[in-house]
Amino acid sequence: MKKSVGAVETKHFTFAEAEGFKLESGRTLGPITLVYETYGQLNADKSNAILVMHAFSGNAHVAGPATGDQDPAWWDFMVGPGSALDTDKYFVICINVIGGCKGSTGPSSINPKTGKPYGIDFPLITIADMVRTQKVLIDHLGIKKLHGVIGGSMGGMLALQWVACYPGTVECVIPIAATLKHSPQQIAFNEVGRQAIMADPAWKGGNYYGGPVPEKGLAVARMLGHITFMSNDSMEKKFSRRLKDDTHAFKFSADFEVEGYLQYRGMSFTKRFDANSYLYITKAMDFFDLSDSKWIPEGGLPGTRFLVIAFKSDWLYPSIQSQEMVKQLQMRRVDATYCETDSTYGHDTFLIESEAGKQEHLIKHFLAKRK
Amino acid sequence: MKSTIKRLDHQVICGIVESSAKVLDLGCGNGDLLQLLVERQGAKAQGVEVNNEAIHACVEKGLSVFHSDIDSGLPYYPDQSFDYVILNQSLQEVKKVETVIAEALRIGRKAIIGFSNFAHLEARIRMFFEGRAPIVSSLPYDWYSTPNLRFLSIKDFKSFCAAKDYKILAAHFLDTQGQVRVLPNLFAQNAIFVITK
Repeated sequence: MKKSVGAVETKHFTFAEAEGFKLESGRTLGPITLVYETYGQLNADKSNAILVMHAFSGNAHVAGPATGDQDPAWWDFMVGPGSALDTDKYFVICINVIGGCKGSTGPSSINPKTGKPYGIDFPLITIADMVRTQKVLIDHLGIKKLHGVIGGSMGGMLALQWVACYPGTVECVIPIAATLKHSPQQIAFNEVGRQAIMADPAWKGGNYYGGPVPEKGLAVARMLGHITFMSNDSMEKKFSRRLKDDTHAFKFSADFEVEGYLQYRGMSFTKRFDANSYLYITKAMDFFDLSDSKWIPEGGLPGTRFLVIAFKSDWLYPSIQSQEMVKQLQMRRVDATYCETDSTYGHDTFLIESEAGKQEHLIKHFLAKRK
Repeated sequence: MKSTIKRLDHQVICGIVESSAKVLDLGCGNGDLLQLLVERQGAKAQGVEVNNEAIHACVEKGLSVFHSDIDSGLPYYPDQSFDYVILNQSLQEVKKVETVIAEALRIGRKAIIGFSNFAHLEARIRMFFEGRAPIVSSLPYDWYSTPNLRFLSIKDFKSFCAAKDYKILAAHFLDTQGQVRVLPNLFAQNAIFVITK
């Protein structure tokens, strides 16, 4: 049985109150609040910090028991005493991204100019904006160099973007089931999700705060998302063609278990996620593009090494995208390890505890200091 | 005091690679050879390996490894980016031998190629007197279960190098006891060549 990381305090950090923070789009945002959690102890020379980057709908609560109406920790098996991100050794930090709805400043936050939620007056943000705001907090914590930056899916894109923005400030970079850019297929899935939200009359041009939320549209977006996170194999195992009530109702109700599951996941998502954040964050992911390799300095990245992990059954972020990443690193003579892990769970594999063993083994040993 | 190296081929390769050399091991397995090269020669080592468990073993040893088969895993390494590219007991399983060796000599200044000699006495006896396809004790597989696609001898490799205009810088011939000096194509079980363009 895994040892728990113990009670965790959610912290807030606010900056850019006066001048605002200049975003990649040229617009400014401020003040910005970041919600974050830390686990373990920062050592005396501040050299043991690992920044965990969360995925699209994630939050700062990586590990430990949930308090109040907080979502359950999303990577509890990965972070804790003796775990791959060993809190006896490392100081683990996770910061909720801007644009989200889990405490950090996003479209549902109050716009100080109007006293009302931003809605779609919130500026468009990029993956680089998310990273640059996180850097302000890392600087504030007095950490000059991270031991590691790690994340799955969008978290992997954030990890890559960290190196792109701040080469030389991290030793170990671990993108999992990630990509250097979204393919047209990935953009297309995101666009269908966005259109579902915006087609919901309750969306009201993004001005729904205080009234009914566009839950139908958001639920459909999430249902689509869930299909892409699983694999055909894992859906076959989980649902096959099983019926919910052993009989066809000959109505357009959810006859199959898979339909009921998707409806349930879709609706429960609307209770914990903001539709406008869905629009902003998916757009940020679609804009992300490090495929031209210009982000790797001419002299390579001495002192930085990569562990790139992909999953064979992941068709949303197929392993070919991770291979492209590694090939780009090879071309620039950057130290990189690549492992494609067998798993039938699709894109979601990195979040599934029963599949954790292989990932944990790689990550734990990769993070160990080299001679 | 460093422990003695168990495998003779590993001993030989450790003797070939200069200290601090950049090394890429194609088909590096669980990384035993690379680890020796790192520990003894201070090599900057990387591997290419197709087997998942072997990759885990490499990462456990602190080695960098690229998950790929050798036939498709090389084109992105820059020209002459390694001092040595090693193909030790992995050439037999390669589909596109000519391409892989050409690639090895594009990305490495030199290639170290180690393979089992299928013209070894043991194999010849099996073939000639028993009428059976050759099996060598260094690669003891039956014809139906062998991973080997290639069955070559020391002579075959030499003539391949001549045909391709590759220079043989050194050749080491081994049996189970040590180096073979006399009639290596008959008496050596393993050969290790150092070649360059």
